[in-house]
Amino acid sequence: MALLSKKDTSLILDPLADNNPITIQVLGICSALAITAELKASIVMAVSVMFVLGMGNVVISLMRNIIPSKIRIIVQLVVVAALVIMVDQVLKAFAYELSKTLSVFVGLIITNCIIMGRFEAFALANGPWRSFLDGIGNAAGYGLILVVIGFFRELLGSGTLLGFKVLGDPIEKTGLYSIGYENNGFMLLSPMALIVVGLIIWVQRSRNKALIEEN
Amino acid sequence: MLEHVELFFKSIFIDNMVFATFLGMCSYLAVSKKVTTAVGLGAAVIFVLAVTVPLNWLLDQYILRDGALAWLGPEYADYNLSFLSFILFIATIATMVQLVEIVVEKFSPALYNSLGIFLPLIAVNCAILGGSLFMQSRDIQTLGLAFNYGLSSGIGWFLAILAIAAIREKIRYSNVPPPLRGLGITFIITGLMAIGFMSFGGMLTGGDEAPKEVEQNTAQKVEEDKIIKETKENTVSYNNAIINE
Repeated sequence: MALLSKKDTSLILDPLADNNPITIQVLGICSALAITAELKASIVMAVSVMFVLGMGNVVISLMRNIIPSKIRIIVQLVVVAALVIMVDQVLKAFAYELSKTLSVFVGLIITNCIIMGRFEAFALANGPWRSFLDGIGNAAGYGLILVVIGFFRELLGSGTLLGFKVLGDPIEKTGLYSIGYENNGFMLLSPMALIVVGLIIWVQRSRNKALIEEN
Repeated sequence: MLEHVELFFKSIFIDNMVFATFLGMCSYLAVSKKVTTAVGLGAAVIFVLAVTVPLNWLLDQYILRDGALAWLGPEYADYNLSFLSFILFIATIATMVQLVEIVVEKFSPALYNSLGIFLPLIAVNCAILGGSLFMQSRDIQTLGLAFNYGLSSGIGWFLAILAIAAIREKIRYSNVPPPLRGLGITFIITGLMAIGFMSFGGMLTGGDEAPKEVEQNTAQKVEEDKIIKETKENTVSYNNAIINE
């Protein structure tokens, strides 16, 4: 028997494109925009969210029959907060510089709507294994957008990728800079993240007409 | 007094929650289709921020930060509980929202009817937790300033959602390319508005003189370094030439 049935595979693959948490479900935008000026920060954020969402989905799904529905939001918040504290402490211990860059946005994973949204919509009604897959899939869809935005913003804004000078050295005028190319410093400012997301949505919806909204 | 005024304008215009730090984006996008609902949510955000930020400031000062427990006695002075701040802040916010909901329902049914449905939404709004976390990381000094920060950040968020809701009501009559309709164009408009809000940045620093100076300095430094390097190389080759002779 295959490890993943057809249904399980779609749980992981759907959120990557046609049911993407950011561009279609409009969840978890806050953190997606603020930390994407560098590719490295985006990747770390994506991995952190994947950990929190995967584990959180499993925990909530295991407890789904004993949580009274009236206080479920507080229970969910406590579970997420505990997981996020773990992520935060690990980052502070092993990647202190990066945790300074991410600043409060690690903490804001708690209120990332993707997490509450998946708990409410999926983990409360499904078993642990499927919830885990759903969590991983949605976090991957979120991470994908984050990495795409981070890629373009870092490449066009500072001419580097993960800190490597892929376009040459702007001061020594090597590579592309020798023929007069300039970095677009504007890409590093926060408003451009919004516009890049807008463009991604544009590309995605013109390829898949079914997603177009009625104004 | 002056610092209050400064913080007030800074949090509304320069560090605007939506346009500078992207907090509360989810509800900002979801609830901004009509002006009336946007006003309701905005008012609720102002209210909850103004209550929870000072409350969390007290928690931070007297329980969480490094050495904050000293008031219990000297043997507690070494404790640093700041790793607990996420869970404590979110618990405070969730409880306060519940409490506010109950109190408002009891004493002002009219206000409850206008705010009521939005209050539960707010517990998971990033703007609220973000307000408390920024309050902590920016090291706000007094309780009064913390209240001011909460209130003015809330007003900034309110302005942002009011503006976008008004624009979205108007944009229905314009001819937007179909794939951009709805979400896409809202993102791009917000981006443009954020660029507009960036111009407020000069309000307190007195124009963009400061960053330019730094840039000039670095450029000058680079050139100086180059000159030094060149002269060094020249002298080295000169010395070598002498030695060879």
